[in-house]
Amino acid sequence: MPWFFLALPLTMYLVWVVFPVLQSLLFSLTSRDSIMYGEKKFIGFSNFIRLFQDPQFLLALKNNLIWLIFFVALPIPLGLGIAMFFDQDLPGSRIYKTLFYVPMTLSFAVIGTIWAWIYHPDFGVLNTFLRAIGWSSAAKQWLGDRRYMTIALVIVGVWRQVPYVMILYLAGLKNVPEELIEASMIDGASWGQKFRRIIIPLLGPATTIAVTISIIDSLRAFDIVYVMTNTKARAAEVLSSYMYSSAFFYQDYGYGSAIAVIQFVITLGFIMVYVNNSLKNEVQR
Amino acid sequence: MKYSDKAMGMKPMSIKQRKLLQLLFYFFGTLIVLLWLIPIFIAIFTSAKSMDEIMVSKMMWAPPHQWIFSNYAKAWKNVGIAHYVMNSFIVTIPSVIGSLLIASLGAFALAFYSFKANKPILITFIAGMLIPFQMLMIPVYRFSDATGLINTYTGIILFHIAFQLGFCTFFLRNFMKQIPFSLIEAPRIDGAGDFFIYRKIVLPLSISSMAALAVLEFTWIWNDLLWSLILLQQDKLKTVTLGLANMQGEFITNYNMVAAGSIIASIPPLIVFLLFQRYFISGLTVGAEKA
Repeated sequence: MPWFFLALPLTMYLVWVVFPVLQSLLFSLTSRDSIMYGEKKFIGFSNFIRLFQDPQFLLALKNNLIWLIFFVALPIPLGLGIAMFFDQDLPGSRIYKTLFYVPMTLSFAVIGTIWAWIYHPDFGVLNTFLRAIGWSSAAKQWLGDRRYMTIALVIVGVWRQVPYVMILYLAGLKNVPEELIEASMIDGASWGQKFRRIIIPLLGPATTIAVTISIIDSLRAFDIVYVMTNTKARAAEVLSSYMYSSAFFYQDYGYGSAIAVIQFVITLGFIMVYVNNSLKNEVQR
Repeated sequence: MKYSDKAMGMKPMSIKQRKLLQLLFYFFGTLIVLLWLIPIFIAIFTSAKSMDEIMVSKMMWAPPHQWIFSNYAKAWKNVGIAHYVMNSFIVTIPSVIGSLLIASLGAFALAFYSFKANKPILITFIAGMLIPFQMLMIPVYRFSDATGLINTYTGIILFHIAFQLGFCTFFLRNFMKQIPFSLIEAPRIDGAGDFFIYRKIVLPLSISSMAALAVLEFTWIWNDLLWSLILLQQDKLKTVTLGLANMQGEFITNYNMVAAGSIIASIPPLIVFLLFQRYFISGLTVGAEKA
């Protein structure tokens, strides 16, 4: 009987997700022509060897690492802090949460456009502000100088990610029973102790989710890079944009698949943490 | 009441102190929100300026001297936003409904039947929702090309549904797990069929979590850029995100048109969020949080 219900979802999932994943693994071991012209020609790990000698790939890898570090270091504490701040039973507090969430509902196409104006070297708000406070030397060509490009793009991603992390923590805070906090009051716990001993451990599951999701999102970064650099500015390349141009501009499917597989391998560990975490909670219930 | 004296971990407060704390909350709350939404204010300002003002004043952050709301009508009609928005609806609505309904079938199976493959299938769905989408790009493109599904709405809708099944199934299954088993068992003893139980008991009980899920799915699919880029390569088919991304190149100087178009494009997901936000956080608590 379960198969009656699973037939449709499972079939669709196999066709569009599971099978393609296996195919990509296979493609990464074949030469460029073999996919285009149909005759399978296996070239072993040549694509991967080529990747690690390719400076553009190494740059994309390094940039993606910057994305990853920033996506954990900034949105997690900021999202937690803002969630705890807004989590009050005061009239109107929901309006604050709603407004703060708005960036999450915008598309990267929209976000990228707006931030390109903020970063505009001459009349963007960022440089104008820096000049106004007398710090002209800090006003850079944010999207024109290869040294600052990646950081500028990451900040845009972080701006959108913080509201998401806030929502995950707001959901997590709902699971923190108020009686527990009140009990700690009676024991005379200070605010710092309360935060360390009660809130942090109880938010552990929410934190695991938020960190895992942020890491996975950082590795999926594509839209911002595509919209804000039009993939022309290759200094800001990330793995997904390099994969896209290898596959769809240069038609090098084997090489593009190899890049995807590298991303897959990096993500795999975090996927396992997430799956493990989900199933562990299961047992407790 | 978090700002009660107990919860703040202080000695009992006077009413005056409590009022002060509340005032501080509203002050800093407003400040945080205003600062965070600066980019959105800039977009609104820019959308209502004339091109002359943008080029002459060079202050993209300042409110317009004169608010020109006809820019919106112009973007809607002349720049083709109306057409792109319509395309986005054509893609998004069936995709959201389809993924919710089809996932609810799978979720029902995984939540209420114990069978050997239950856990492996669940893990496949969870892993699939986290996979880098680059792993799917080339095979899905080639599959769509070979089957003639490329450049059709059917093709991208079917793909969106399939790709979102991982998250939706996982999310709904977690919710359904919390439904007391007796609600399922009782009608079964009375001789009700399983599909009847799914249709008449489980589905109605899952409405709130499906509403939360609908908000997320609508936002994700509406805002999708990559798959439209790959699967819809004709301009007349393009969704609004893709249309806007391309406008950046074409109308490079028409900042006000791009801004007005961006704001129009952001309204549908915003409305969906506002309509369903009541369910949103509580729905997530059950779904993603139990994750």
